[in-house]
Amino acid sequence: MTRRRGTLAVAAGALVLLAGCMEVEQTATAKQPGQTVRRDTAAWNNEPLANGPKWTKGNRVSWEEQIKKRQLAQSENLRIYQ
Amino acid sequence: MARMKFLCDAERCIECNGCVTACKNENEVPWGVNRRRVVTINDGVVGAEKSISVACMHCSDAPCMAVCPVDCFYRTDDGVVLHDKDLCIGCGYCFYACPFGAPQFPQAGAFGLRGKMDKCTFCAGGPEADKSEAEFKKYGRNRLAEGKLPACAEMCSTKALLGGDGDVISDIYRERVVRRGNKGAEAWGWGSAYGQPPKAGTPAAPGAAPAPAGGKS
Repeated sequence: MTRRRGTLAVAAGALVLLAGCMEVEQTATAKQPGQTVRRDTAAWNNEPLANGPKWTKGNRVSWEEQIKKRQLAQSENLRIYQ
Repeated sequence: MARMKFLCDAERCIECNGCVTACKNENEVPWGVNRRRVVTINDGVVGAEKSISVACMHCSDAPCMAVCPVDCFYRTDDGVVLHDKDLCIGCGYCFYACPFGAPQFPQAGAFGLRGKMDKCTFCAGGPEADKSEAEFKKYGRNRLAEGKLPACAEMCSTKALLGGDGDVISDIYRERVVRRGNKGAEAWGWGSAYGQPPKAGTPAAPGAAPAPAGGKS
């Protein structure tokens, strides 16, 4: 009986340790006074994918033109019937 | 300047949950978190059942941004509301402030503690380097940086869910409503959503889709 309890205690301890190892990193970085929130890089400042939509890197107008085409393709009236 | 928005056509949404699945898959969203969900009212009532796909609406005057005590939200040049998970403390204020229930809180760790807030990013990633592994892990895929629209809208089979610049998608929606051309109780069903057969003696609207045989109208 005592041995069984011991085994159970070891198993429970192992489970707690294992659970600890599975913890996802959740550290919060405190913002310093005067610091503003980090901002994203603009989408048009990326190199287009080799097999994806094309635009000129850094050229916002060309990115907006191609994304507008993609938006308009959601309308079957434009995509299919015209 | 574009203002990225979602618009869901309740006449077309067939509650297939394709948008939910596309979002989950594209961004590898963890268990218990639904960045997008389909809400149905009058479920099972013939003619009165309506479904709509809901996620973060990327508000122009976002209440989540207003209430965040650590000011972790920011808006991109395209009007997409994003947040920095490194600053988020998971307090849940944004959840109470959001009228759409967009902010989600994963159960972090083995003891079910509330984690950092997670929400729809309009497939625009976050403040980490674009298309980096860190960005994908924290925020999901950055499709805008690949010149694409959000996966949910692009995967929508009936094109009920539209995503893009508010002006462009509202024009698409307006055109649809004009083409439907009927009101009230008739504004329901296949024929209403995809076009009416031309009435005898009147020419068909230019580009109007023929109504499928056996379809409701």
